[in-house]
Amino acid sequence: MSAPARSPQVLDDKISGGIGASPQRPDGTLKVRGEFAYASDLWHENMVWGATLRSPHPHAGIRSIGIAKALAYPGVHAVLTHADVPGENAYGLKHQDTPVLAEDRVRYQGEPVALVAADHPEIARQALKLIEVDYEVWEPVTDMERAAHDETLPRLHENGNVVRHQRIVKGDPDARADVVVSGVYELGMQDQAFLGPEAGLAVPAEDGGVDLYLATQWLHVDQKQTAHALGLPVEKVRLTLSGVGGAFGGREDLSMQVHSCMLALHLGRPVKMSYNREESFFGHVHRHPARMYYEHGATKDGDLVYVKARMYFDGGAYASKTPVVVGNGTTLSVGPYNVPNAHIEGWGVYSNNPTCGAMRGLGAVQPTYAYESQMDKLATALGMDPAELRIRNAMSEGSTTVTGQVVDFPAPVAELVRRVRDMPLPPPNTDELGFPGGAANTTHGEGVVRGIGYGVTIKNIAYAEGLDDYSTARVRLQVIGGEPTALVHTAAAEVGQGLVTVQQQIARSELGVERITLHTSDTSVGDAGSSSASRQTYLTGGAVRNACLAVAERVYALAAERFGVEATNLSGGKVVAADGAVVADLAELLGEDVIEETREYHHRKTYPLDPETGQGNAHVQYGFSAHRAVVDVDTELGLVKVVQLDCAQDVGKAINPDAVLGQIHGGSAQGLGLAVMEEIQVTDGVVRNPSFTDYLIPTILDMPPMRVDILERPDPHAPYGVRGVGEPPTISATPAVANAIRAATGLELPRVPIKPEHLTGT
Amino acid sequence: MDFFRPDSLAEALAAKAEHADAVPIAGGTDVMVELNFDHRRPAALLDLGRIVELHEHGRQDGKVRIGAAVPYARIIDELGRELPGLAMAARTVGSPQIRNRGSVGGNLGAASPAGDSHPALLAANAEVEIASIRGTRMVPVKDFYTGVKRNVLAPDELITAVHIAPATGAQQFSKVGTRNAMVIAVCAFGLALHPDQKRVGTGLGSAAPTPRPATKAEEFIATELDWESPKPLADSVLRRFGALVAEAASPIDDVRGSAAYRRHALAVLARRTLGWAWSEHLGGGRRACA
Repeated sequence: MSAPARSPQVLDDKISGGIGASPQRPDGTLKVRGEFAYASDLWHENMVWGATLRSPHPHAGIRSIGIAKALAYPGVHAVLTHADVPGENAYGLKHQDTPVLAEDRVRYQGEPVALVAADHPEIARQALKLIEVDYEVWEPVTDMERAAHDETLPRLHENGNVVRHQRIVKGDPDARADVVVSGVYELGMQDQAFLGPEAGLAVPAEDGGVDLYLATQWLHVDQKQTAHALGLPVEKVRLTLSGVGGAFGGREDLSMQVHSCMLALHLGRPVKMSYNREESFFGHVHRHPARMYYEHGATKDGDLVYVKARMYFDGGAYASKTPVVVGNGTTLSVGPYNVPNAHIEGWGVYSNNPTCGAMRGLGAVQPTYAYESQMDKLATALGMDPAELRIRNAMSEGSTTVTGQVVDFPAPVAELVRRVRDMPLPPPNTDELGFPGGAANTTHGEGVVRGIGYGVTIKNIAYAEGLDDYSTARVRLQVIGGEPTALVHTAAAEVGQGLVTVQQQIARSELGVERITLHTSDTSVGDAGSSSASRQTYLTGGAVRNACLAVAERVYALAAERFGVEATNLSGGKVVAADGAVVADLAELLGEDVIEETREYHHRKTYPLDPETGQGNAHVQYGFSAHRAVVDVDTELGLVKVVQLDCAQDVGKAINPDAVLGQIHGGSAQGLGLAVMEEIQVTDGVVRNPSFTDYLIPTILDMPPMRVDILERPDPHAPYGVRGVGEPPTISATPAVANAIRAATGLELPRVPIKPEHLTGT
Repeated sequence: MDFFRPDSLAEALAAKAEHADAVPIAGGTDVMVELNFDHRRPAALLDLGRIVELHEHGRQDGKVRIGAAVPYARIIDELGRELPGLAMAARTVGSPQIRNRGSVGGNLGAASPAGDSHPALLAANAEVEIASIRGTRMVPVKDFYTGVKRNVLAPDELITAVHIAPATGAQQFSKVGTRNAMVIAVCAFGLALHPDQKRVGTGLGSAAPTPRPATKAEEFIATELDWESPKPLADSVLRRFGALVAEAASPIDDVRGSAAYRRHALAVLARRTLGWAWSEHLGGGRRACA
């Protein structure tokens, strides 16, 4: 097989810096100079371009698909439909309910119906218009609550419209309290808004298989699903990671994987597919919109007595990660607080809205927005300081969660709240660009009111509810050019988070070797799991450490054999004994030897929830973060400027402190976006703003400076004591901003994103 | 698709006369987006990049003449003193990259109701210079827009410049968007004091099928302002002005905002900008732009 051009690229192996340092990223220079090749840059001699025909209707029957005219269009090589899917026409992360190409019905606007391969993307695009699909348009199912309960609605899938229902009961579900507050909260559909649209290149292989180069978050789960749909054994579908321009959960489900491989195998030619921005909005799953009914009861002193909640998550047309959203949503429903009594119910449903699945903060973003809104409402009802109320009820090591799980690792929630509360407050704004409205000159201070708000969250780290979650690493140590060099090979996806840097740092520290080369991530090594759930430094970091330790053991054995001395450590290119004495120079000891070991890391076992009571040790670890937002609101125009957004987060151990800071900055910006601007607007199942012109994400004028306090309380059960970092700051930022806007305006604001209309009553 | 790249205005006009369906392109910030999204498939493009007089500004008959392709960045840097309202509007256009490429001529050619320069052009009584092989004509900007994304251009005509009298009084521009930079207007308002004519010019953006002045608000305020011995304005006058501006709008509900919000916000913008401009007129000194 010939490899495609512009992928993958050689990363820098001459950077130094081990665990706890913040070395430069090995792909940093390439990215900053604009030289890094992303999946959309892939190219192969003799390749043709694939394109996807998508349904314009959110719900319709398909009477027929006519491809003759498209096939006759000059420059078109193939037009494929569901009839051409070689294997089973079904895939899915949790339920295999998603067709590769629609058969007799479509369930959302944008569902793939047919494929074209042509000499040029423009020709492919024109040919799509010539495919004749005869639709019978049906009424869409669009309300999540009705989808959960109304049996008269059309059943979108065989088993009805409920994907998962979970109940959690703790203590006395009918407990009563002195002070009771309630609210109904809604959250709009957020998009991951990664900058590199879906892209990949499928190259047919001589063995009848296919090599797929692509941007994804999880090579092995793509491989499994793609092979199944292609009717091929997994070993004949080989995946190689190309440059990934962000993911945030949006690349966990398949997009162009099966499609490009189908076309490539059909034609015997390489096929490239690359979505444009508009298609990308239809080509990946989004964050679940939610409607949540909450009631909190507390004593007069402010101790939480109970939480009751009913929450609905709109999963859209296919299941994707909806079951996990319901699991996370219900198990994390009361937040990082001690709550003796609870009655929680969550429903994840099918509808004809866009499919929703994984996104940073999965299933925790929605309830955190609701319970943190409730905490402020409760503080007002009690006449208490909102930070004090949170500190008073904060969980800690030894606390029992709502599922009965005892937290057996540090949980410094109260300290996180104290730290953000005690940070200095910003002075009043004097900069014209700094007022709400920013560059657009809408106020010189008129109508502007300041508010402060808090948000605190708990997020489960890694995969839960009994899944055997693990990663694999292969490490090879040898002397190259007189210098000991380690090659680290995993299938873990670098999606921008900096995992490549972390892998190098761990190998440098464990092997005492400066030069660490990274093998391109692919499926020729074992599964690494997904770059999601804040799990890669924990799991793949753990696997790299295990593989390095196994390599080191063999070095020690070699040293014992040669010198009869027991070595215990590799440092600075030397083999070192327990007393610090240098046993041997590593390069000299190795000589021509090549030591290679492959190891896995599995996290502690978790357990499924009891289907009736929702009790169980479902989670392996929690991450915690707290935000304090300071906002200026132009109350007349309803415009918001977040003046400061401060964060304290416990990360267990910062393997790379700069990267941790970057995660907190980026996550906070994404949470701010959800609070005040980011929403895919859907009416009757139709997306109204599939572009960055109208799906707005924060600019540098929207994202304020941050003070960040990073705590390192090691988790004794995790490698190096690490705790997942990526998700929590996304989650707690949203309610902090919302609560600050409420504090400024006195409005209830039960929905995010908060829009000017909500603030001005228009 | 044909691609024409004339070296002179005469050649460009000849090309446009011969190929009426050729779409003129300068910075490409509008046209290229439409092409990339397949919203438009012109038979030909007419590249104006080499025509020197479209990229220059200067004085003509006491007015500032801005070549149609002069980018916003140069308007901000070089014309902020003479044309503060237009410079303020230019400052809110897109990102620095877009401001380096986009031009007033392009805004006029696209005639989108959301174009940022329109309210400032209306408030300042700009005139649009339009040329063809048949000759050159001047059209007051208020008569230029004929419908959503439509204007008075004949198929053989090109926009060659805008002519604007240098400011004789304070000017303001305000725009509401749902983020603090790089955003398409939910609504926008331009205002210019013309003490020499004892009147106030206005312009509304993203608030009707076309950009338009708030004529009744202009008439009302002209009678309220004492140009001879200026005094601070009563809040009731500012509010009445705002209400009349809001009445001049006929906005729609869309993905960027509701009609009700647009009316509400225009009233606030009108009140505030008039207050700022009148304060400046009273002796607060001119506000710097950008």
